[in-house]
Amino acid sequence: MKALHKLVEERVKPNFTGEGKLKRFWVVFDALETFLFTPGHTTAKGVHVRDGIDLKRTMFLVILAMVPALLFGTWNIGHQYYLSLGDITAADPWNAMLFDKLIVGAIKVVPLIVVSYATGLGIEFVIAGMNGHAINEGFLVSGMLIPLIMPVDVPLWMVAVATAFAVLIAKEVFGGTGMNILNVALTARAFLFFAYPKQMSGEIWIHDVMASKAGGVLADGYTGATALGHLANTVGQPVQGEVSNGVMAMFADGGLFSLMNCFIGTIPGSVAETSALAALIGAAILIWTGIGSWRIISSFIVGGLVMGVIFNQLGLNAYMTIGPVHQIVMGGFMFGAVFMATDPVSAAQTNTGKWIYGFLGGFFSIMIRVFNPAYPEGVMMAILFMNVMAPTIDHYVIEANVRRREKRLTAAVA
Amino acid sequence: MSTETTTAVEKKESLFSKKNRKLLTDPLDDSNPITVQVLGICSALAITVQVQQAVIMSLAVLFVMIGGNVIVSLMRNIIPDRIRIIVQLVVIASLVIIVDEVLKAYSPDISEKLSVFVGLIITNCIIMGRLEAFALGNKPGPAMLDAVGNAMGYAWILLAVALVREVFGSGAISFPGMGQVKFLPDSWFYANGGFYENNNLMILPPMALVTVGVIIWIQRARNRSLIEEN
Repeated sequence: MKALHKLVEERVKPNFTGEGKLKRFWVVFDALETFLFTPGHTTAKGVHVRDGIDLKRTMFLVILAMVPALLFGTWNIGHQYYLSLGDITAADPWNAMLFDKLIVGAIKVVPLIVVSYATGLGIEFVIAGMNGHAINEGFLVSGMLIPLIMPVDVPLWMVAVATAFAVLIAKEVFGGTGMNILNVALTARAFLFFAYPKQMSGEIWIHDVMASKAGGVLADGYTGATALGHLANTVGQPVQGEVSNGVMAMFADGGLFSLMNCFIGTIPGSVAETSALAALIGAAILIWTGIGSWRIISSFIVGGLVMGVIFNQLGLNAYMTIGPVHQIVMGGFMFGAVFMATDPVSAAQTNTGKWIYGFLGGFFSIMIRVFNPAYPEGVMMAILFMNVMAPTIDHYVIEANVRRREKRLTAAVA
Repeated sequence: MSTETTTAVEKKESLFSKKNRKLLTDPLDDSNPITVQVLGICSALAITVQVQQAVIMSLAVLFVMIGGNVIVSLMRNIIPDRIRIIVQLVVIASLVIIVDEVLKAYSPDISEKLSVFVGLIITNCIIMGRLEAFALGNKPGPAMLDAVGNAMGYAWILLAVALVREVFGSGAISFPGMGQVKFLPDSWFYANGGFYENNNLMILPPMALVTVGVIIWIQRARNRSLIEEN
């Protein structure tokens, strides 16, 4: 470590400082140096204590919390692939082929991560260089979240375009890290959803399912649609009709989308969103380290449950009859609640505001998903919508507090 | 009519004096009606899916603005102040009806695509704004230059946005009289086993807003005096 430090300080750094040859690339050096060593910054005036948990460590812990979802997602891609080929059966997910599954998953996931980071960090480096800012770690989490919420077989150039759009339009335009109104990763997902609807729906959730179908090796009865995709078909159908019964059979115990399978996550879906369990492990890490807001996560889940119960009571179509717990373990609900809604920049800032923000987010997620089959993944829409509403919520929470204190003051004076 | 007014102006000040030239060039950049004054946004978002619609719309606005500005400027001394808005509206509405009828007669398909937006030129804030702010207080010559300048400022934004949206949204280019020409080979698309897909979001209005926003971003990055202080 000492030798490395000496090398950086004496050989590399002078090139980038003062009149060094590479001083135009100071931001690049600065960013990479802080990866190796804690910067020697001290406060110039005022309070002299610097918080040990800075942006980099915050970001790192969030990435750590995503690792269970990432690993499970990687395994699940392989699992679904072999399931689609009929090599294994859904009844016994924990059979052999662990490494085969992980390898298939890694072949799909690693390029997604590389493309997302390369595009996003490339843009960040260029913009920071143009503005003379230091590069910060803001993109580390977004760059990891983007691949995790992509369909498995999405074309890589689309990921690059969406990442570029999200970083530029959702973040840099507003002033970079910490200034964005919308969640960057969800903006990328929403961009893809609206820009390339053909590639973002249908047979993209399972690796190579199109080729398998064309080659005639697809397992019997395997469609590769997600849980929400199947359920969307029941909207507008009678509760006990043929279509509804067929779909609901998959959601009963022993079906592909049984409560247990949805909770563990052995179902088709975006890369890492399928497992509610992995998301909850992530939630535990985030809440334990104090990085994710437990208020948002819990109220988000409560909001989803409440909407689920309301739909149960209505029971107008088969989709509504799904149990509330089953509703919130399907699709990206849990992943969204833990990693998207808690984004400290775009969420509400006040504690009361966080309860409202989370509750409405969960509430609308289930509502959008059931009411509008054209948007099977309501979580994305709901969180983006609540991102936009968050400043308004905060405004009224603060106003209410001001009024309450004013009343107390006048009462005390009188 | 325009030659008469031109000679009348020339007696005192050349029609293309420096001040009058600014009337023509300012709206193209530093006081652009769309990107700086943020007027006429609705039509800019609605009819920029294809270049041909944007061209026709720009021509229509150019005609209505020149006509409106010159006519109102000629009548500026006889319009009673209290009913000036109504008079302006009548002038604009008559001109818009002329445009609408001409479009319906000579290019019915584009007229259909522009649908209500030709009629809505009446409510285009740029036109009302220029009548109120300029034509009512200036001679017809400068009023005409002002109209041309603002219409061109409106037009180039429309064309720029439409170009971006059509190229990336439809993979095509269109021009009035030419129709829409798709320039990407069919074999590029996923449906034919290729690697490309048109960006559907470009066809939706939100992307027009984002594109206008990017133009505003570039403009303000170049000319920092346009950035509002808050």
